[in-house]
Amino acid sequence: MTTNPSNIAMQNTSGAYLQVSGLIKHFGRDRAVDNVSFAIPRGHFLTLLGPSGCGKTTTLMSIAGLHRIDAGAISLGGMVYTAPAQGVFMPPEKRDIGMVFQSYAIWPHMTVAQNVAYPLEIRKIPRSEIDDRVAGVLRLVGLADMAGKLATNLSGGQQQRAALARAIVSHPRLLLFDEPLSNLDLKLREQMRVELKRIQHEVGITSVYVTHDQSEALVMSDDIVVMSKGRIEQKGGPREIYTQPANSYVSNFIGVVNLLKGRVVEANGAGSGRIEISQDGMCVQLPCQVSRGIAAGAEAMLSVRPENVQATRENGGAGCLEGEVMQSIFLGNCIDCRVRWGSFEWKILAHPRTRLRKGERVFLRLDPAHTLAVVP
Amino acid sequence: MTGRAGATVEIQHLRKNFGAELAVRDLSLSVGQGEFVTLLGPSGCGKTTTLRCVAGLERPDGGEIRIGDSVVAWAERGICLNPEDRNIGMVFQSYAIWPHMTVFNNVAYGLRVRHAPASVIRERTMRALELVGLADLAERYATRLSGGQRQRVALARAMVYEPRVLLFDEPLSNLDAKLREQMHVELVRLQQEVGITSIYVTHDQAEALVMSDRVVVMNHGTIQQIGDPQTIYARPANSFVASFIGAASLLDTTLLGRNGAICELVVGPRDGSPPLRLRAEGGEGAVTGQHVVLSLRPEDVTLHLSQPQGLSHDNVLRGEVIDTVYLGSFLDCCVNVGGFEIGVQLDHYEQLAPGQKVFLSFEPDHALCLAE
Repeated sequence: MTTNPSNIAMQNTSGAYLQVSGLIKHFGRDRAVDNVSFAIPRGHFLTLLGPSGCGKTTTLMSIAGLHRIDAGAISLGGMVYTAPAQGVFMPPEKRDIGMVFQSYAIWPHMTVAQNVAYPLEIRKIPRSEIDDRVAGVLRLVGLADMAGKLATNLSGGQQQRAALARAIVSHPRLLLFDEPLSNLDLKLREQMRVELKRIQHEVGITSVYVTHDQSEALVMSDDIVVMSKGRIEQKGGPREIYTQPANSYVSNFIGVVNLLKGRVVEANGAGSGRIEISQDGMCVQLPCQVSRGIAAGAEAMLSVRPENVQATRENGGAGCLEGEVMQSIFLGNCIDCRVRWGSFEWKILAHPRTRLRKGERVFLRLDPAHTLAVVP
Repeated sequence: MTGRAGATVEIQHLRKNFGAELAVRDLSLSVGQGEFVTLLGPSGCGKTTTLRCVAGLERPDGGEIRIGDSVVAWAERGICLNPEDRNIGMVFQSYAIWPHMTVFNNVAYGLRVRHAPASVIRERTMRALELVGLADLAERYATRLSGGQRQRVALARAMVYEPRVLLFDEPLSNLDAKLREQMHVELVRLQQEVGITSIYVTHDQAEALVMSDRVVVMNHGTIQQIGDPQTIYARPANSFVASFIGAASLLDTTLLGRNGAICELVVGPRDGSPPLRLRAEGGEGAVTGQHVVLSLRPEDVTLHLSQPQGLSHDNVLRGEVIDTVYLGSFLDCCVNVGGFEIGVQLDHYEQLAPGQKVFLSFEPDHALCLAE
């Protein structure tokens, strides 16, 4: 990776490499991206995560220069890509970006090696260097044996590896991914996640990845930006997003969660407190972690992950909820169990050796460290 | 549906070639009335070919297939009924829903083509729509349905003929993860309500475990194991089944002897460190000195940060963390033990660094010795 030293000198002190600030983009009267800002350090892998229409792809295309933004600024390593207020717009081909799309965009009439060599050929790099670099990058993505094959003879997963090889062969300053795995079947997708992350880590190129698949985001990312309706709902690492969701939208979008309306009855300022929930005449107070900005007396959502609810046959006393097992589905490494408490159905993830049966009465205990009161 | 609990399906010595390639080799399987059976395996294992032979979309090269009392295919006698004469319903991966038609018309189409009387069409279509919970959306255009609703239209369309057997060919693989999980639960509830015999093809092991009464694991055109989900998972017949269904770490070991139900095993580490002695269940049919495979599920391995006290010396392994994958509800951890990689499923709030020294332990009755 070669970077002009003058660019490094211009880098800001916070360690941010890619910087997006105050990004606004309209389509007609529709505000697709509404004041989005984030920054990532060099070499990091950032995921823009959200449902379709949340503005994640528009943000990515704006970084690539395929959209002109209405307001805000985007810069990489101190080099300004676009800043409409200053009249700056760098064309896409000058931005030194590698891209991998959902459609593989591999040329069918070329061999794998020719496809991968293409970005180097247009840069007029000497033949011997091209051959070395293509061989190296094909080894990295696990296609060394396929170099001479026509691209049409590759499977979907292999074509996507070839597309990745082509994107990284010229050592771009930034890699952009637009749902690259969504055309692959499940097992292959799970395998490719881990591998893509490994390859990115090895080449060390700063990456922005767009997906609607939350498990993909958790597995691959250093940082996640959760988006909805053009805005950022939360920024943070995978663990932070999963264990400390900023609001019920995030906790529901990432992973599976039990969400119940409640009221915070105690908040001690250090982050812990108690929440009261009621359901069909039953009313309990549970110890919990209270999100910042929620005061005692305020309405909140109780948010508990299925793996943080324990179902036992013994009554654990106060704070235990008694219910009936509605469904117990064996998933191999865990049991997906549904327990009815009043009209609410708790989702519980139990160890496969706990043999809970449909119709059984059980007591639910919520782990206070992972029971959250979040903003509705 | 008027007491139709479906028919049995009997497959005897089924064989199907594509050119020189044997796609299905001598496969026999009985599916009971109302049973939900899944054919599970990697692509090319013969599962779809088997289903298509039952459907009448492929002509078997050998063997016999019966649905209820009727022989629908018998290669040796030249019998092969057309799909429409077999009384089956099919649900495919591509929903094949017509966007310009309403839900009602999509479901009624097949009956109209067969010139059923209008009153019969109306009655049967509405009954199928009620069954899948779409009666209220009968007049809605198919383009305005969610992915899950389209799936239900496809199911209603298969049910409208009041078939004796339902055949599913990876119907959920185009849906996203969240919707797929929701549909698993819904399809099981529906199938239980209707009680119709179902054969379901998938490459997704989680789907097979959730939905099936019995799972048929296939590889290279043959059946590897038939059993209920718990049995397939807890007592895999061989290392292919162990690693295809769920995650399993497989270690090459030698059988030293037996103590009741427990096998005594020895592992020769790949990195030259001293041999490890381990104990596990299983190993039926293996003799002393024989090469066997130890299969360990990630959720059955306990990770310790220091040497565990109070455990017998056996089944405690010293290792080094290779890496971890954060999955939200779990943390998957991969540990190097003497050159073998052992997966451990941990609570999501655990934190481990690559290179960290750890100890692993497991109960002998939570590990399985496989003789091959």
